[in-house]
Amino acid sequence: MTLLTVNNLNVNLQTASGPARAVRDLNLTLEKGQTLGIVGESGCGKSMTALALMGLLPENATTEGSILLNGENLLEKSERELCTIRGNRMAMIFQEPMTSLNPVHTVGRQVMEPLRLHKRLSKAEAFEQAIRLLDRVGIPNPEERIYNYPHQLSGGQRQRVMIALALSCSPDILIADEPTTALDVTIQDQILELIQTLVAEEGMSLVLISHDLGVIAENTEKVVVMYGGTVVESGSTEQIFSQLTHPYTQGLFAAMPKLGLGRKGRLTTIPGTVPDLVNLPKGCTFTDRCPLATDICRNTPPPRSELGPHHQVLCHHLEQAIEARSRELYT
Amino acid sequence: MSVFFAKRFLTLLATLVGASVVIFTVMEILPGDPALVILGVDASEDAIQALTKELGLDKSAVERYFGWIFGLLQGELGNSYAYKVPVWELVEGALKITVPLAIMSMILSVTLALVIGLYAAANHNKTSDITLMGFSQLGISVPNFWLAVLLIIFFAVNLRWLPPGGFPGWEAGFWACFKALLLPAIALATVQGAILARITRSSVLEVYREDYVRTARAKGLSRRATLWLHVLRNAMIPVLTVMGLQFANLLAGTVVIENVFHLPGLGSTVLKAINNRDTIVVENVVLMLAGMVVVTNFVVDLLYAVIDPRLKAHDL
Repeated sequence: MTLLTVNNLNVNLQTASGPARAVRDLNLTLEKGQTLGIVGESGCGKSMTALALMGLLPENATTEGSILLNGENLLEKSERELCTIRGNRMAMIFQEPMTSLNPVHTVGRQVMEPLRLHKRLSKAEAFEQAIRLLDRVGIPNPEERIYNYPHQLSGGQRQRVMIALALSCSPDILIADEPTTALDVTIQDQILELIQTLVAEEGMSLVLISHDLGVIAENTEKVVVMYGGTVVESGSTEQIFSQLTHPYTQGLFAAMPKLGLGRKGRLTTIPGTVPDLVNLPKGCTFTDRCPLATDICRNTPPPRSELGPHHQVLCHHLEQAIEARSRELYT
Repeated sequence: MSVFFAKRFLTLLATLVGASVVIFTVMEILPGDPALVILGVDASEDAIQALTKELGLDKSAVERYFGWIFGLLQGELGNSYAYKVPVWELVEGALKITVPLAIMSMILSVTLALVIGLYAAANHNKTSDITLMGFSQLGISVPNFWLAVLLIIFFAVNLRWLPPGGFPGWEAGFWACFKALLLPAIALATVQGAILARITRSSVLEVYREDYVRTARAKGLSRRATLWLHVLRNAMIPVLTVMGLQFANLLAGTVVIENVFHLPGLGSTVLKAINNRDTIVVENVVLMLAGMVVVTNFVVDLLYAVIDPRLKAHDL
């Protein structure tokens, strides 16, 4: 059975200027042991999707659709039931290791907490287990470090502690929301490698959220590209990266800095900004920034076309988009 | 820890020395000759001079300042100019009222504030939160002497549960003293508790937005468990600051309430001494108050370090 299935997930946020459609008609599937990347720029609904999966959306959020974990709809579960799932069957690593750990508790206490809560370990057992976990995520001298406070650790070490904490109860799914964005480039690779190794060893499924295409390409089997709160292209990492199709996906690639351009080369950008989620356009949300846009894009929601097995694209002008792969859509 | 402690302790001593200089200087500048006040305007020039000499006021200011300080170091406060009794005798009785009153008000105010503040924060924007905050706004707006009068009318005059004022002295037993101090303590605690409740609420709500609270929730802790285990301790830092200030205020700034309830506390003692130009009493009492405030701040500083391990690290 599929481990995680998200059907037509909608997340609406009540804001002062009206309801914002943070996530629209999102569909995802994740098999056991599979790694899924969610890519997109800031404000495209990546983090909201992750929080919806965890059941940790802000209080002003309402949801529709379903999130099935082993066939059970998480959106229908009570808060009490969700508490037995969070940190236990589904765990999350956040973007900001500097602020994601409680400054007034030792890291040991924080790593022990889910073990005590979900596995009902005694204090001594949890302590032993916490040392093993810290050792496993590569914290040197875990017997001493376990007494440290977060401010005594570097950013990379704190993120390792966060990983230890997330892995403590061997969850089925690990959600990593931009786990390396706040870290040094040299540390980024170490952390990603660590996540990869641990996920493979534990047979966990991974949802990796990033705006960094390189990170997604190296670490995932499947990718969904999100724009304006919805998935505009999805498929295997192989398919997406070899057959860039949606104009937005092509734009994301074009916007990656390339070596060897020298000073004369300007970075390529996608013109415009992300759409206002309160007043979404009627048709395709990417219309205003798309080089291929025509009137139909403005007025009619784009159809979902199957390009290959599981490779879906949400676009009115599929042929032009495919044809555009060979030339530069963005300059 | 020891470096942190030593630093704070040195600050404490320096503050006290500074305070003693300021207090002494102010009393020097204050017009009014103690001898003249004691003897009255009809007294002869000779009598005034004789008394001035007897009180030691003919010596230079520097001499008198150091005389005072060295006296203090030997536990010698001197004699009141007006009453000819040791200053300590005047102060002792007042301290035995003011300090228990301050502690009682503080306990009441903190209990009230934590219960209301936490409950309101846990029910943010719900009816109970809005109602409680409405009441706390009322509590802040009510002048404490007016509340004191209401309390006297209701509990002392109408219900006759508690005495309307006065202090029986600790010889009369704990219960009698407790009853005498209860109404003034409530009058003082209501306003302070209302302020503290709002600070507790906003501080808790602010900490709720922190990333580590989201981490705690992602571990599977319930909202309530998160509040007790992760939010509360972090939220206590601003609350503690205000608690320290309020305690200092309770020690030194209760003269109005003391008057309403006829309590001969420190505030009343110092007010009387100022009117009598009993400078030696004023100097000693004010320095004592300054000392208590400084010690309170010192304790608050130490508590910060207990709550937040980062503070210790910053200081080293």
